[in-house]
Order: sequence, then C-alpha cells, then structure tokens
Amino acid sequence: MIRHAVLQFRPEKARVKENLARLAERLEALRPHTPEVVVLPEAALTGYFLQGGVRELALTRHELLELLSGVHRAVGWEGLLDVVVGFYERDEGAYYNSAAYLELPHRVVHVHRKVFLPTYGVFDEERYLARGRRVEAFNTRFGRVAILICEDFWHSITAAIAALDGAEAIYVPAASPARGFQGERPENVERWRTLARAVAAEHGVYVVLSSLVGFEGGKGMSGGSLAVGPEGRILAEAPLFEEAALLFDLDPGRIPPVRYDSPLLSDLEAALPLLLPDLERVLGKGGE
Amino acid sequence: MRIVQAPKAQESLELNWPLVADFLTRFIREELAWRGYEKAVVAVSGGVDSATTLALAVRALGRKQVHALFLPHRDSSPLSREHAYLVAETFGVDLEEVDITPMVEGYAAMTPDLTPHRKGNLMARARMMVLFDKSQAYQALPLGTGNKTERLFGYFTWHGDDTPPVNPLGDLYKTQVWGLARHLGVPQAVVEKVPTADLIPGQTDEGDLGVRYLRADVILEHYLKGYPDAYIESLGYTQEEIGRVKERVNRTHWKRALPTVALLSSTAIGEFYLRPLDYRP
Repeated sequence: MIRHAVLQFRPEKARVKENLARLAERLEALRPHTPEVVVLPEAALTGYFLQGGVRELALTRHELLELLSGVHRAVGWEGLLDVVVGFYERDEGAYYNSAAYLELPHRVVHVHRKVFLPTYGVFDEERYLARGRRVEAFNTRFGRVAILICEDFWHSITAAIAALDGAEAIYVPAASPARGFQGERPENVERWRTLARAVAAEHGVYVVLSSLVGFEGGKGMSGGSLAVGPEGRILAEAPLFEEAALLFDLDPGRIPPVRYDSPLLSDLEAALPLLLPDLERVLGKGGE
Repeated sequence: MRIVQAPKAQESLELNWPLVADFLTRFIREELAWRGYEKAVVAVSGGVDSATTLALAVRALGRKQVHALFLPHRDSSPLSREHAYLVAETFGVDLEEVDITPMVEGYAAMTPDLTPHRKGNLMARARMMVLFDKSQAYQALPLGTGNKTERLFGYFTWHGDDTPPVNPLGDLYKTQVWGLARHLGVPQAVVEKVPTADLIPGQTDEGDLGVRYLRADVILEHYLKGYPDAYIESLGYTQEEIGRVKERVNRTHWKRALPTVALLSSTAIGEFYLRPLDYRP
C-alpha cells in the first residue's frame, strides 16, 4: 500500500515564492495523513497561462529540486517524500511544459516533457514551448510508474506505451479550463472522467489526475482531480473549482488479479506487432 | 424490432444554470481578489443584464460588499427606475441614485447639432465616469454587464458600457442571460420585458438590431462554431437573418479590441511582448 495525496492546488499567477509557501502550508495540513507520494497539477508553481512569461519563470530540474527540498526542510518533514509536480522547465535555451517525479529531499527521479502541446482554441503552448519526445515508464522506490501531462493523456496511445513499458500507475498533472456548461459537469471534466476510467480499465493501471484550480484571466481551471483504480473505478474525486486533497492507497497487489480478469494489456502486447505495419502505413512510411 | 432514431444533433444554448451560477460567483470573487478588491460596484439600469450581474455579485461578495448605482437621465423611461429599485430590493442592496442629466445636458447645451444617437453614447460615457469615480470612492471594482450577443453585434458604446475590467456575463448570449436570471430569482417583470438600451425614448434592442434575440443567438452560436450558412438555413433561419447577423459581427471586430497601435519593433506590446493580464511575478 502506498499512501497518496493528490493536491488540487491553486497557485497565484507567476509568484513562485508565494506558491512554495502555500505548498508548505498544504503539506503541513497533509502531514497527519502520512502521504508517501504527493501529486501536484501541471504548472503548479506558476499557474498555467504565462505566455512569454515562461522564459522568466522556467526552472531547471535542479533548481526545482532545490526549491522543493527547501519546502521539505521548511516543514520539517521526517523521512523521504515523493512529489510529482508540473513546472515550466528550462534546459539549454529551450523551454518545456514538464512534470518531475522527485524523491525529496535528495533526487530527481524522472522528468517527463509534454509531447502533445495544445495549440488551438484557448491554448497556445507551442508558441512558447518545445515538444517533448519521449513517453516512458520509470522506477521509483514504490514501483514502476509513468507521467503524462494533460493533453498527453487525451491520446490513448501514450497511456498504452506507458502501460506496455511496465507502468502500474500513471500520474497526470493537468490544467483544464472549464468549458461547455450544458451538462451535470463541464464538458472537459466529463471527458477527464471518461478517459481516466477507460484508460485505467483498458490497461489495468492506476490513474492519478491532479488538476489545477483557480481563475486565470477569466479561464476557470476546473479541478475535479481523480484517483482511479485498475478496474476503472473512481476511488476518490475532488470537487470542482476549489482547492482540495484526495487521499488514497495505491495497492499494487490489486493489479495482477484485475489483469487476470481482463488481460487486455497482454493482448495488446501480443497483437501490437501485427498492427505495426498498418501503423507505419497510415503514417506514410511503407506498407501497402 | 425496436427502431431507435437519434435526434438531429444541434448546438444547445440551454445551460446547467446552477453550475453556471456557481462558476460565475467564484469568477467574481477570484478576479476581484487578486486585484486587491473585496467589493464591487454595479450600475443597475432596470434591465436583465445588470440585474443578473447584481445577483451574482451579491452571491459572490455578500450584499454589504456590493454598491448598486442607478444612473438615470431625465429621458430615461419611468419603468427603468421602477425596475432598478425592484431589483435592488430583491437582492437586498441599497440603490444610490446619481442623475446624469446635468452632465449630459451641460455638453448638449454647448452642442446644438447633437443627434439622439450621439446623445445616447454621451449618456453611456457619463455613466461610466460616475461608475469609475464611485469605484474609487468605495474601493470597489466596477463589474461589466454586457452580454455576448451585444458584444458580438458591437451593440454598445465603445469605452462606455464595455469598460469595466471584470465582466461575468460576456460569454453568455442574451437568451442565456434570461435563463440564468430566472435561476437567480431576478424578478419576472425584468426578465420578460422588451430589452432596451433606453438611450432614446421608445428604443428597443430588437428594433435596432433588426432580428429577435431568440433567433440571433442560435445563428451566432452556429456561425461562431463554423457551420456553413446552408446548415444554419436548414435549422429554419432565413438567408436574410443569417446575413444580417454575420454582417453585424464582421463590421465590429474593432470594437472588441484595444486601440490599434503602429507596430515598429519586435517588442511591440500585445504583438511580440505577450503577458497575461494577471501576470505579476
């Protein structure tokens, strides 16, 4: 059992120092619940819509580790704390929408760079950011996991790669402006719920969505963070539009029986090579 | 065998009003908070847009934190006054009345060729002067009341009623404001009356615009989403209506933008140098 806290966080726009102080307060509040992994949203330390401000606020992964280790120290956290956090990353003159898996206070375990940069409608990421090129699972002290950021997860192929790569949990930091108010929930929230459940059930993985909240120039980040079990059941769901924390235990022991009942991942593993020629064909790279 | 026929898919303007009300309430609270405000000032005209804005502001901030202004001109309809007071009473706020007649007529007396249309714009700008002065006096942020239909049609006074920095209704069509107003308990007489800017005696919005809101809003929603005219026609709208709606939108893009600046450098504000309005590191 790995005790998780999903921190549905509302940063102040562009105020990294204040947001770190706010994060410290939230960790203090979570401490009695003894989480081992805390999952923060996309762009959690700055807010999502920065436009050209990305250049001023992006951090290297080592600066990020230093800042969050400072928070770990400031709150006097005893022992290690793993944190998944979305941030704007600077590396050799390029900027990325990234999320890091940190083992505080000591090390950066992995950094995922968002591959699918939404540049349509209200979004304009590719104007300011470079595209990540990798989707891969990685090992933590608790097991093998993967990170996908926001739109990365809206393409089912990314989660398939992560699951084939051995991920038993997929962490999804997100920032999703609420839109489409016809139904019980905003349309984007419905989409997240549908996707998270479908992906979890298809591959027999945990899906952990941490979704930003707060208004950014009229765009209301929706929240509605989720913890979804490997059978596709919602284990915990955060309210919309306000800060909240979801606590749940991730139990790797539940994955084998779920996959035994529904062996779709091993089917995929077996059948995917058969489909690769077609994949190449539709991408215009050979085949008939 | 049962045969199940799916209904024709169509864009719907009917929203989940409690969800919208909750969202807009948070919007007002948060957009004021980061600007350093806890209070709002709303100009109440007696119409449905300002009544709905007032209702949302009271929900968001509490009635003691909302200053409602009534800013009549001597030519304003008596019904506007009646409804403004009814709305204020309904939502439990005091209504401060400032007569704009001396401001408007002072200029009008010096301007013999002032047309009714120009005088209407003058009224809207006089109201904005009072609204912003009261904003400073009360340390309360002015809330805009313009809806999406009038914004798209350019049916407002530039730098007049579009001026307030925070506008909760600007992405709701007029017919959607009616739905939200009903949900929020805006008095029926206000929701159901014929919409008017009340700048010229006898004026109505739909008379000025030449199309009914109920029809214009459906056309607008489909046009903005990229449906071709033929599709909109297939929903029961005439070519003439569609043409009129599109023409109004396309004649007024400038009115929904900041003033045009000559671009000379690669650091031109809002062209090269781009920062969101809430960016404050």
